[in-house]
Amino acid sequence: MEIASGLLHGFAVALQPYNVLWCFIGCLLGTIVGIMPGLGPAATIALLLPLTFKMDPAGGIIMLAGIYYGAKYGGSTTSILLNIPGESSSVVTCLDGYQMARKGRAGAALGIAAIASFVAGTVGVIGLTLIAPPVAVFALSFSSPEYFALMCLGLALVVLLSGTSLTKGLLSLLFGLWVASIGTDLFTAQARFIFGQAPLLGGVDFMVVAIGVFAIGEVLSSIEAGDDAEVLPVPRGIRNLLPNMEELKACRFAFLNGSITGFLIGCLPGGGATISSFIAYGIEKAASKHPEKFGTGVPEGVAAPEGANNADTGGALVPLLTLGIPSGGSTAIMLSALVLWGVKPGPLMMQDSPDVFWGLVASMYIGNVVLLILNLPLVPLFAQILRLPVFILFPVIFGISIVGAYGASGRIFDLGLLVGFGLLGYAMGKLKYPTAPLILGFVLGNSMERALRQSLMMSQNDLMVLVQRPISACMLGIAVLILLIPLFGSFNKARVRAITENG
Amino acid sequence: MAKILRDGDVWSGAALAALGIYILVQASAWDYFSLDGPGPGFFPFWYGAAMTTLALVLIISKVRKSNAGQEPQQGIQPETQTGTPQDKPPLLDWTTTGRALGTWAAFALAVVLMAPLGFVLSFALLTFFIVAWVFGRPLLTAGITAVVTALAFHLAFPVALGVDLPTGFFGF
Repeated sequence: MEIASGLLHGFAVALQPYNVLWCFIGCLLGTIVGIMPGLGPAATIALLLPLTFKMDPAGGIIMLAGIYYGAKYGGSTTSILLNIPGESSSVVTCLDGYQMARKGRAGAALGIAAIASFVAGTVGVIGLTLIAPPVAVFALSFSSPEYFALMCLGLALVVLLSGTSLTKGLLSLLFGLWVASIGTDLFTAQARFIFGQAPLLGGVDFMVVAIGVFAIGEVLSSIEAGDDAEVLPVPRGIRNLLPNMEELKACRFAFLNGSITGFLIGCLPGGGATISSFIAYGIEKAASKHPEKFGTGVPEGVAAPEGANNADTGGALVPLLTLGIPSGGSTAIMLSALVLWGVKPGPLMMQDSPDVFWGLVASMYIGNVVLLILNLPLVPLFAQILRLPVFILFPVIFGISIVGAYGASGRIFDLGLLVGFGLLGYAMGKLKYPTAPLILGFVLGNSMERALRQSLMMSQNDLMVLVQRPISACMLGIAVLILLIPLFGSFNKARVRAITENG
Repeated sequence: MAKILRDGDVWSGAALAALGIYILVQASAWDYFSLDGPGPGFFPFWYGAAMTTLALVLIISKVRKSNAGQEPQQGIQPETQTGTPQDKPPLLDWTTTGRALGTWAAFALAVVLMAPLGFVLSFALLTFFIVAWVFGRPLLTAGITAVVTALAFHLAFPVALGVDLPTGFFGF
């Protein structure tokens, strides 16, 4: 009852005309800026934060939430159209989204991403509304061993499902862990693997690795295909630019899977959209009747990670609003904005600042609708990018890649790294090494090392701490099972046959 | 033997084994455990060891398969599943591979030229090369595409959005 009256109060705040306008402007700006490679939600919010300084707290946080949503959706657009992930959580969307674009279903993929964002975003907000307090308490029980186990589980799923050769999947993952280690050690400031290069002290930027391995590698492979390389087909007619009933039907479970996975993992401080999108994709593939088609452009392969990516938004706000703990970079910036406006996120926020708390929750319902209304009509427009002839499109991809890599740090040194990772992506494609484990290993490498070392510090270097805690033991057990599954002949035959039939 | 030496998996396995050994050597120079807990060498030691082991498994499985003259049976040796037809690295076709590597080299050269020439000129040169050499379009088409694309990027990013891009002697 208290929740219902709070929500009604929130809608009264959020539906005020100027707040609806802020929500709309936030979604639009977030989508536009989020499309650019290198500018993920955190960077987009940071970039646009000054716009909200003069606004009242309710209007300001409503606009920031709109920006957050918009940026998340924008990041998927370049993943689908150009195989350039706008941020780490959009990497999985590349796997099937870009393949759909290659088959002439770019519009459908963008539409599915928009609908998945809407469904999962709404589920995430409902979750935030109803179960925020108990979930936040559960999230508090997660400590370093549980985070380490969670990451092991995510990595195991990705390795299992990313190719026919487990060895190559694991090697790709280990390479990603190594790249993540480059730079200054988290605890002791020891320089590691920097080859005498001072710019490497700060580590390798995610954009450089992702753009190099995915975008440049893909362009080089396409160029190798030679004169037969075709412009990506874009069918004419609005009907062909949006998902059809068959595709939407295929995504039913994926919408639900992405929504629940994204919300639950989003609730964990540090869980993040990246790992939730990988896990949702893994679950979707594992549960699918046709896992062999994943990676070739199936709509479920877009819907599940995109849903998880957006449901994470609602989940990420649970620890922020109820405990004052930001779960990642984006929510940390939102926290700083709230503090700036004199609002204290935490258990008392619902009582002390009901306008802001419930206004934000209600505005997220509205933001989901705004995002859908805004993005579905824009899908055909975005898809037109693919009508460019390849001899123009490929230089444009090189240009965007340079902007994305250079924009992250402002250093030409990073462009040199981009060149190296581009060659690596091309070589991995030729030698049939899966790239997804490399990216996830890189993204989670530092967090994984931190969680493991903190766990061992907690236990005076006793590794048993990882299996003595029930949640951690369960997740590690599942991860080990996942990696042992291929040792069972019949299952592995089915797994390999399923994946190789792709070809 | 010659067949093994032409196998991409063997070469990539050897490169990764070498990287794994390098990681192990480097990690052994750093603290494994300190008074405060695991040191900077702890985590790299373990993934370096795993990388070396797995890379050797990849090479050995290839050599064994080559000696046996048959594909490994799927499901019995999961680590050797690279022998499936789709996983065989294709033999190099130097015409097509050369086109890809030529483009990569041009990209690398464009990056080298970014510091002295700036983004606009070096990107225009890269675009010209791709359009004229890779796609074999007429030089006029290549020239127009290069100029228009580079200018469009300059207007969209540094001018309209204020995004910094490398500038050279000419200030753009």
